[in-house]
Amino acid sequence: MNLAYRDIKFNLLRFILTNFGLSLLLGVVIVITGVYGGMIDDALRQARAAHADLWIVEAGTNGPFAEASRIPGDTRELVSRVYGVARAGAVTYQTVQTRLNGKSLPLFLVGFEPGRPGGPHKLVAGREIMRSHYEFIVDVSAGLALGEVVSLGTHGHDFTVVGLMRNELTASGDPVGYITLQDAQALQFELSPPAERRQLASGGGVQGNDQINAVIAKVSPNVPLSEVASALTRWKHLTTLSQVQQETLLSKDVIDKSRKQQLLIMVLLIIVSAVIIALIVYTLTMDKVRSIATLKFVGAPDRTIVGLIVQQALSMGIFGYFIGLGLVVAFQPYFPRRLVLDFQSVSMVFFITVGICLAASTLGIRLALKVDPTEALASSG
Amino acid sequence: MAQMQIQPAIEVAHLSKHFGQGSARVNALVDITMTVYPGQVIGLMGPSGSGKTTLLHCIACILEPSSGTITLDGDVVYEQKWLKSDLRRLRLDKIGFIFQYPNLLPFLDGSDNVSIVLDLAGFKPAAARARAGELLDYLEVGSRKHAFPRQLSGGEAQRVAIARALANRPKIILADEPTAPLDSPRARIVMDLLRRIATEQNAAIVVVTHDEMILDRFDHIYQLRDGRLEGEPTGVGLGTAPAEHPLANP
Repeated sequence: MNLAYRDIKFNLLRFILTNFGLSLLLGVVIVITGVYGGMIDDALRQARAAHADLWIVEAGTNGPFAEASRIPGDTRELVSRVYGVARAGAVTYQTVQTRLNGKSLPLFLVGFEPGRPGGPHKLVAGREIMRSHYEFIVDVSAGLALGEVVSLGTHGHDFTVVGLMRNELTASGDPVGYITLQDAQALQFELSPPAERRQLASGGGVQGNDQINAVIAKVSPNVPLSEVASALTRWKHLTTLSQVQQETLLSKDVIDKSRKQQLLIMVLLIIVSAVIIALIVYTLTMDKVRSIATLKFVGAPDRTIVGLIVQQALSMGIFGYFIGLGLVVAFQPYFPRRLVLDFQSVSMVFFITVGICLAASTLGIRLALKVDPTEALASSG
Repeated sequence: MAQMQIQPAIEVAHLSKHFGQGSARVNALVDITMTVYPGQVIGLMGPSGSGKTTLLHCIACILEPSSGTITLDGDVVYEQKWLKSDLRRLRLDKIGFIFQYPNLLPFLDGSDNVSIVLDLAGFKPAAARARAGELLDYLEVGSRKHAFPRQLSGGEAQRVAIARALANRPKIILADEPTAPLDSPRARIVMDLLRRIATEQNAAIVVVTHDEMILDRFDHIYQLRDGRLEGEPTGVGLGTAPAEHPLANP
């Protein structure tokens, strides 16, 4: 006879209400895990989206994400000529802010050369950029529709949305957009008309804007990466980073503090969950002291009593976990941040929950094992 | 022809129990010797604090005596120390206990409250349910077997508790003031039932009571005062032999 099941069935409403509360708590743990995963994924997404083998950036910098990097626009042509480089593309990265429907819209803009590495890799609607100017591909989270026109940059150029992507966000959750390299250079390096007039008046001349932040290189499969990297490093004004180095920089250095903060919140939530589950199990055991005493009196072994408590704690945790997960999945599209709930992280939370339940039930077990069978003789109804 | 000797169900010899040490020492039981045979219903009476419940707890193996011997169903279980390592199993196999209040598990229905004992003893669920059904019918509460304790009247709940005490066919039934929460007519019904069980199932029953209205239901009455037995037990003597009853011990 499964006593835990009978007790749950008898007190079903209490079990449901307790589980609902617990599921909200475990749901928050799952959300934080998802936010943590999403933050890392978003941070790496731009570096991964480029499908680069090598990143060529300004000498002595960890660009273009961790540090500012500025190199001449013709660097891409130099890199293309190096033995072993199959393809290369120049890119720029910048943050801009525009307004949409009266609200400010921060965007992370990538300037790329259509047909070369560095462009958007998967569209969910629309088409690739076909014209050299004023076409725009953006993540759906920006709230822009195909054909919609948005003004970008100090010159107020109007860009038309021609393609939409999904899940292309920065580590801070801002949508990513792609424009041509020429447009990006104009936005990044061109001075506003008053600033340009002031520049001319001071005798500085008109500054060229053929500059880029990095070159992305794809290496031929039959040439060792290290060989190409060492050839490129001979140019003193350039630094070469492999894709692995770039990802390590992003995940360990760029988002390190936010990652630790998220991790701390997650650990605190797990501790809070453990305390709450322990208190629930303890209270449930307290409610059953007389029943436990009676069971001991009639001869129930300790394993029956321990089984009752552990099974109840586990069923509470497991039901709470799955209800929590269900709620998170159902409401995932409405979260302001992207949640990445991969199997590994979701399983980790599950096993942590099971561990918490087992650990939390020790408090209840301790109480139950201490119950004197003579408590069953206490003179209350 | 030699008469077959009946083995006592309970033998208590020179049993003492004290609490505390030195000046704080309280002698709860002093040199108690008593014997209960199968089929007998024995009353333990005495004022509050006389040691009735302490003696019952010692016999039920939930309170360790300080000295003496306890033999249950021919098995010496205590002699200066517990001689059995698993006292709960011993209780499960040999002793049925009826509490002052029914003490039914609130989350089990009447049938499950009885069959839990059989389940713990290793019976198969179907056999346990069948035995529980038989017992509840025997105690005339079969129609309430699916009711939960909170849905039972006091008398019905006490009968379910008695059925639980009988479930594992114990040789010994200990009852701690089983009639205390009942009015006189119901108290007499419960005592008649215990009397019937002793006769039909050949069980030795020890009842702790204050209720003088039920004295005529006992074979012997032991009076306790300040932890000592007072005089010889009163009563009519050895209980009747077990009857040929379908629920009787094999």
